[in-house]
Amino acid sequence: MNTLVKPPTPLNADFSRRGFMIVATAAGVTMGFTAAAGAVGVSAGFEPTIWYDVGRDGQITVNVIRAEMGQHVGTAIARIVADELEADWSKVRIVTVDSDAKWGLMVTGGSWSVWQSYPIYSQAGAAGRIALIEAGAKLLGVSPDQCIARNGAVIAGHVSISYGDIVARGQLNRTFTQAELDKMPIKPATERRMIGKPTDARDIPEKTNGEGRYGLDASVPGMVYARPKIPPTRNDSRVVSVDDSAAKAVPGYIGSLTLDDPSGTVPGWVVVLADSFVAANHATDLVKVTWKTGPSAEVSEADLQARASALIADPKAGALVVEDPGVDGAFAAAKSTLERTYTTASALHFQMEPLNCLAFEKDGLFEIHAGNQWQSLVLPWLAKALGRPENTIVLRSYLLGGGFGRRLNGDYMIPAALASKAIGKPVKLVFTRPDDVRFDSFRSPSVQKLRMAFGEGGRVTGMEHNACAGWPTEVMAPFFMPKGDNGVSYDPFAINGANHWYSVGAQRVRAISNELANSAFRPGWLRSVGPGWTNFAVESFMDEAAHSQGVDALAFRLKLLDGAGRNAGGPPSAVGGAHRQTAVLRRLGEKVGWGEALPKDTGLGMATSFGQERDMPTWTACAARVRVDRATGKVKVEKLTLVVDAGTIVHPDGALAQVQGSSLWGMSLALFEGADFVNGQIAQTNLDRYTPLRMADVPDLDIEFVASTEPPVGLGEPATTVVGPAIANAIFNAVGARVRHLPIRAGDVRSALTSQA
Amino acid sequence: MITFHINGREVTVKSAGDSPLLWVIRDELGLTGTKFGCGIAQCGACTVHVDGHATRSCVTPVSLMQGRSVTTIEGLDPHGAHPLQKAWVDAQVPQCGYCQSGQIMQAASLLMSNPHPTDADIDAGMNGNLCRCMAYVRIKKAIKLAAGETAGVRA
Repeated sequence: MNTLVKPPTPLNADFSRRGFMIVATAAGVTMGFTAAAGAVGVSAGFEPTIWYDVGRDGQITVNVIRAEMGQHVGTAIARIVADELEADWSKVRIVTVDSDAKWGLMVTGGSWSVWQSYPIYSQAGAAGRIALIEAGAKLLGVSPDQCIARNGAVIAGHVSISYGDIVARGQLNRTFTQAELDKMPIKPATERRMIGKPTDARDIPEKTNGEGRYGLDASVPGMVYARPKIPPTRNDSRVVSVDDSAAKAVPGYIGSLTLDDPSGTVPGWVVVLADSFVAANHATDLVKVTWKTGPSAEVSEADLQARASALIADPKAGALVVEDPGVDGAFAAAKSTLERTYTTASALHFQMEPLNCLAFEKDGLFEIHAGNQWQSLVLPWLAKALGRPENTIVLRSYLLGGGFGRRLNGDYMIPAALASKAIGKPVKLVFTRPDDVRFDSFRSPSVQKLRMAFGEGGRVTGMEHNACAGWPTEVMAPFFMPKGDNGVSYDPFAINGANHWYSVGAQRVRAISNELANSAFRPGWLRSVGPGWTNFAVESFMDEAAHSQGVDALAFRLKLLDGAGRNAGGPPSAVGGAHRQTAVLRRLGEKVGWGEALPKDTGLGMATSFGQERDMPTWTACAARVRVDRATGKVKVEKLTLVVDAGTIVHPDGALAQVQGSSLWGMSLALFEGADFVNGQIAQTNLDRYTPLRMADVPDLDIEFVASTEPPVGLGEPATTVVGPAIANAIFNAVGARVRHLPIRAGDVRSALTSQA
Repeated sequence: MITFHINGREVTVKSAGDSPLLWVIRDELGLTGTKFGCGIAQCGACTVHVDGHATRSCVTPVSLMQGRSVTTIEGLDPHGAHPLQKAWVDAQVPQCGYCQSGQIMQAASLLMSNPHPTDADIDAGMNGNLCRCMAYVRIKKAIKLAAGETAGVRA
C-alpha cells in the first residue's frame, strides 16, 4: 500500500469526542463545545470553547479564531453558523478573538478555514437551533415539532417568539453529547438561506474609511519605537560590536540594544530605540554594527540550486512520499521515456504592511499586538524567548495588511518582546520595507526532475517526480511532518501537488529537503506553498509528455484522469475524485474553444490542479491565452479562464475575489516576480527592483464555479497553482519555445526560441 | 513649528521639518488611515491630497506643508460616503484593505482631473498604486461606478 501525502491532522482532531453545552449567562446564553482532555493546545478541564453567544436583545456574537487578511473569513464562518441557527443576519456580530488556549489550534493558512470550520460550525448552529426551538415551543405552549425556526425567531403557525425573548425568558441550559452532535440534523442544501447566497463582507466598510486597525496602527501610552538592524545572514550572524556615536546626534535617539534571544529566533540582532519612528529610522541608518558571519554569507541562488540538483542525483536522498511497486521496472521496460527538469527562483511575500509588532507587559500579562496567522506556533517561541509561561502571554488580534503565509511565521514578534522586556517599556518595532524583505521567510528556490515511462501505443506506465527545496515546516513546525515509505520525515507542504490524481502506472514521488537552504535562510510558506511550484513542473511536464506522444494536451490529461484506484476519491471532501477534475477540464475546453485556430504568435495553454491537498481537493483548471513578441521574447497575457469546483461555495463574492486575486498572484509569480539570493540576502529589497503585477498588466479574467453541494474546500490558493504552467504551455503553443524556469523572463523565451530554431 | 490644515482643521506640529508627512500624520496627529508600504513612493499606500493633488506622503517632508491643505482618507468625506467610498463598498473592493486608503485617494485625484476616465486612463492613473491582494479588477470597476455616479449628479 503506497502512502499519499497525508499530514497529521491536528485540524479537526481536537474537536472529536466533545460535547456541546448551552449555558445561561448574565447577558444571555453561551453556546460552545466542551473541551476534551488531551486535545491539542487545550489544557485538560471543562472550560467550554465558546463559539457564539445569544444575547437577551437577540444579538448573536460569533467568535472567529481565524485571522482576517482579506478573505472575509469572519463573514463566511459566521454565515455557516447563522444559516444552521436560522439567525437574523442583521443581528449577527463577528468577533476576531485574541489568543487563548481554550480555542485550541489557532492557525489561518493552507486554505483551511472554511473547509475546517464548516462541519463544526454547522453542528454548533444546528444544536443552537434545536435548543431554541425546544425552549421557544415551551414558551409558546406548543410542542417543538409544531415549530420552525426562521430569521431569529421560533414560529408556530401564527405565533412566534424571538430568540432574544427566548433567551431572556427561557431556561436554556442544554447539553448535547458527541453522539447527539454526530446525528445533528444539518439542513439540506435546498433549505440554506445564507450559505451560497450573496452578501456583503462585514470587514469591508472599515477598509474604505481609514478605520480598520492593522498591527501598524497599534499604540499604547509611553511606548518607544524601534527599528531593527537586520544582520547580514538569517541564522549565523553574531554581533561583534555596535558603534552608535553618529546616532547620538539624532534628537529622540534612546539607544541600541543587542538582543539576547533564548529562543534562537533572531540571532545577531540589534534594535535601535527612539521616541518616534522617524528618529528610530534615521538613527538605525547611522548605527554601525560589526557582525561575524557564518558560512551562509557565502551562499547564493546558484549554490542553492546546485545543491538541490546534487541531492536529486543521489537516489538515497529524501523521503518517498509515494512509492508504488514496480517503478524501476516500468522504466526499464519502457518503449520510450521522457525526462525534464524544472526550476523556480526565490519568491517574496511582499505583503503590503511591513512587519511590525507592539509588545509590553501589563499586570503580569505580556501583550503582543500584531497581525498574525499562526498564534499557536509563535506562542511557545515567545514563552522561551521571554522565559515565562505561555499562559502569561496574549496575542491581540488585528487586521493583517496581507498575510500570504508571511505571518504564519511570527518571528517578527520575538525582537519586539525581547526589547520591551529588556527596557521595561512598551516597544513598537517597525520594519522598513527593505528590513522586511531582508527578514522575509521567502519561498525557497527549487529544482524538480520528472520522468515518465511509456509502453505500447504511448500508454503511460510509470512516473517519477523528484523535488528539492528548502522546507519551511522542517525549520519551523517539524511536529507537522509525516513519514514517507522509507521512514524519512518530510514537509508535506513542500511536496503537495506532486501526488496528483493522474493514473500514471507505477508512481514515485520523492521529496528532498535542501538543507543548505534551510541553514542559509528561513524558508517560508508562500501562498499556494508546494503546489505553487510542484504543479508548475507537473503541468508543464504533462504538456511535454503529450507532445512527445503526438497527443493533444487536453485529451492526454483526460485519459490519465480516469478516477481509478486511489484516484476514485471519497468522503468527506474528495467525493468524485479525479472525475471532478476531468469535469472542470472539459468545461474549460468548451469555454475557451480548445483546438480552434488562433492568430499568429498567440497561444492557448492549459493547466489543472487539485489545489493544496489530496484530502481537500479544489478542482481547478485554467487556460491562459498569450501573445509572444518573437523579437523581444516579451509575453503578454491576454486572458485567463478558470473553472473551479470547490464544492459548496459559502460566500460567493468572497470566493470570486479569492480566485481573482490568487490567479493574478499566479500570473505575477510567473512573469513579474522572482528574486535572487546573493551572499546570504535577497538582492531585491524594494519595489524599484521587485515588481509585482500592477493594474495595467491585468488580463481579461473569466472565472466560473461549478455548482455543487459537496462540502466546501479551500479557495485562497488553488488558482495560484495553475496559472504559471498554463502560461508556460501557452508560450510553447504560441511560438514553440519551452520555458522550464519560474519566473519566465523575456530573455528566457528568446533563448528558448533561438535554441529551438 | 509647521502649521498647515489637515482635513479642514489647522494644526501646528512639532516634528522636525525633514520628517516625512506620513509619520507626522500617523504618529503625531494620530490619523492612522494612511499607510506605510515601501517608503520610496512606489506603492501608493501613503497617498494623501496636498492642495487637492495626490501626493506620496512617505517621501514628502512635512516642512513643505507650511500653509498648505492636506486631506487624508479620514477627511475625504465627512461621513465616509464619498462616491468612491460608496463604490468601493458596492463593488466589494478591499481584500486585506491595507492599500485601499491610498487607492481611494489616488482615484479621487484622478476623477477630479478626469471625471470620465477610460480604461486606459484608469490604468495610467492607478498604475503607481500596488494592491498585493490584486483586487485590481474591482478597483477599476469601482472607479467606473463612481464616475457614473458623479456624472449622474452633474447631469
